[in-house]
Amino acid sequence: MSGAEFVPLSLTPLLIGICVAIACALPGNFLVLRRQALIGDAISHVVLPGIVVAFLITGVIAAWPMLLGAAGAAIIAVAAIEAIRRLGKIEPGAAMGVVFTTMFAGGVLLLEQSDTSSVHLDVEHALFGNLESLIWLDATGWRSLLDPQALRGLPVELARMAGAMLVVATFTFFFWRPLKISTFDEGFAQTIGMRTQPLGLALVIVSAVAAVAAFDAVGSIIVIAMFICPPAAARLMTNRLEHQVAWSVLFAALAAVFGYVAAGYGPIWLGHGSSVSAAGMIATVSGVILALAALWAPHRKRGGDAMHTGSDTTP
Amino acid sequence: MILDALSLQLGYNATLVTLGAMLLGMAAGVGGTFLFLRKRALVSDAISHATLPGVAIAFMIMVAFGGDGRNLIGLLTGAAISAAFGLLCVSWLSTRTRLAEDAAIGAVLSVFFGMGIVGLTVIQGMTSGQQAGLEGFLLGSTAGMLRSDALVIAVSAALTLVLVMMLRRPLTLASFDPDYAAASGQNVARTDLAMMGIVLAVTVVGIKIVGLILIVALLIIPPVTARFWTDRTDHVILISGLLGGVAAYVGASLSAALPNLPTGPIIVLTGFACFLVSLLLAPRRGVLAAVLRHRKFQRRVHLRQGLLALAQGQPIYEKLTLRLLRREGYALPDGVATQEGRGRAGRALLDETRWQLIRRDPSFEAAAAHYDGLTPIERVLTPDQITEIDSRIPAPQGVHP
Repeated sequence: MSGAEFVPLSLTPLLIGICVAIACALPGNFLVLRRQALIGDAISHVVLPGIVVAFLITGVIAAWPMLLGAAGAAIIAVAAIEAIRRLGKIEPGAAMGVVFTTMFAGGVLLLEQSDTSSVHLDVEHALFGNLESLIWLDATGWRSLLDPQALRGLPVELARMAGAMLVVATFTFFFWRPLKISTFDEGFAQTIGMRTQPLGLALVIVSAVAAVAAFDAVGSIIVIAMFICPPAAARLMTNRLEHQVAWSVLFAALAAVFGYVAAGYGPIWLGHGSSVSAAGMIATVSGVILALAALWAPHRKRGGDAMHTGSDTTP
Repeated sequence: MILDALSLQLGYNATLVTLGAMLLGMAAGVGGTFLFLRKRALVSDAISHATLPGVAIAFMIMVAFGGDGRNLIGLLTGAAISAAFGLLCVSWLSTRTRLAEDAAIGAVLSVFFGMGIVGLTVIQGMTSGQQAGLEGFLLGSTAGMLRSDALVIAVSAALTLVLVMMLRRPLTLASFDPDYAAASGQNVARTDLAMMGIVLAVTVVGIKIVGLILIVALLIIPPVTARFWTDRTDHVILISGLLGGVAAYVGASLSAALPNLPTGPIIVLTGFACFLVSLLLAPRRGVLAAVLRHRKFQRRVHLRQGLLALAQGQPIYEKLTLRLLRREGYALPDGVATQEGRGRAGRALLDETRWQLIRRDPSFEAAAAHYDGLTPIERVLTPDQITEIDSRIPAPQGVHP
């Protein structure tokens, strides 16, 4: 593979994929442990109406209005789920199901009603994303990485996704101890004066930031997969949270790289003409990793090693 | 035009689709109730997303055998097989590994959906076969549905509904009280399997109409809505089936009558409208009822406190309290007690004094637990006990009626 071909066509989608995977996998670790794994699913469904409304108001496809719209929709969804849960005394899973299906239906309806055919905004795009199209046309080879002129032509999604990853990583780093303690023992965290509710909300918001930033670039399906599969596979590898997070980052990056390569080059190697959806393939590879972990990882069973869990995971 | 659609005047095909959607909505409402009562509503999310790879693979196989790949029964069979496999993965992950059920659901739904998308893009690259309409499985579409397709959907939805009706007793028992069901000799695991089979059938039949992303809504929203109106399981099932049927009927009719209204979203939004009305207006569990109850309670507390203040000759500054006392005719606008008010106040004070005494007496511990500042003591103690308490009240006994 020559640099002249690889750098402009594959380097940026690959990097964006890795950033998405890591940005989602990091908060995913805590969501999986807190049994909130499906929050990623809910968020990625509800951002659709937010993006459509943002488009209808501004009339353009631009990054900031869309991010704001998506974030607004995510906040409305969280509030609505909480309101329905409390006002109707309904269990959280069902409340979530009511809200995210309705908001998604509303988004689809708005899309169909408004004239969005002239712009690149449709449901398939929202679901699958279009990772393959985020190419770096100004690059000519590896040397372009040092060329300021060419660097200016980098897809904006790369910078945005790298930024989101940085936000998520910073949050995880600075709130490591509180997150860890409140995840494993909320009661203990409260007795030592930790404010676990705002912390839980902050975790959801950070997850939403990652999901919304990724949604625009790569579609929603990869977001859900990365929130859950790498952390779940990592959970089966170890009993220590530090190691689990490290494993999850590794698995996420592996899924992004192998998924992208398999989608872009696999069909060609197999003699098939066109490439397949990179986002779908990355999700598939993350599933393969999880399946391998579920079959052979050292800590896949529950129970048996409960004693270790107790001693190893306390801070 | 809308009325034409609602009264089934839009031709044979549209009528068939509408009736099929209604049967499907009823089956989904009834089947979803058991899922909801079993607190496993979101399992259906994994099932529905897991249908996509099956649809894609079935299409490819049918094209490989020389067809155009659009045979609905073939596509639905593929969907059923891959959804069943997804369901198996969820239960294997959540029972045989340490992952919780929600992580298993999320993993299965995202991975299977990802595989399905890969399959769809492979199909897009294929030269043979008619791929048009395959996207309809994502969000549902009734436009361009063949007569035979509509018939397949209507018949399978009806069969599913009959199956649910036949199995409703064991299903109700297992979802309402699995321990009791097991103790009375029922094989709960098999009942659970039957429930999942029904959900699977509803999902697979429904994806052509509602789409695989939104079919979850038909399984979740009607039971949640029905739960507001009743506490009885069999009524929840009935109401839920009814709501599901109505939502699907109205949604499918609207979509047939008006252009640009996709069927799936309209059905879901109709269902949500019913949910919203129920959340606000349901007689006992609704928000409005709760607000009214709260206000009534608040008034009783204010009135009681106002009467106690009157009895002890304290001035009343609280506006709501004063207004309530005036409206009941217990006080004049300046806060002075009327004749009737003095009598009521005396009784309130006596009641309060009696409560104070029994709350200090350990032998009345059980009765004292009923104290909330509102319940008259006559409702908790016998006349003999009250006479006994009264003998302890020191003279002077405050205001007497």
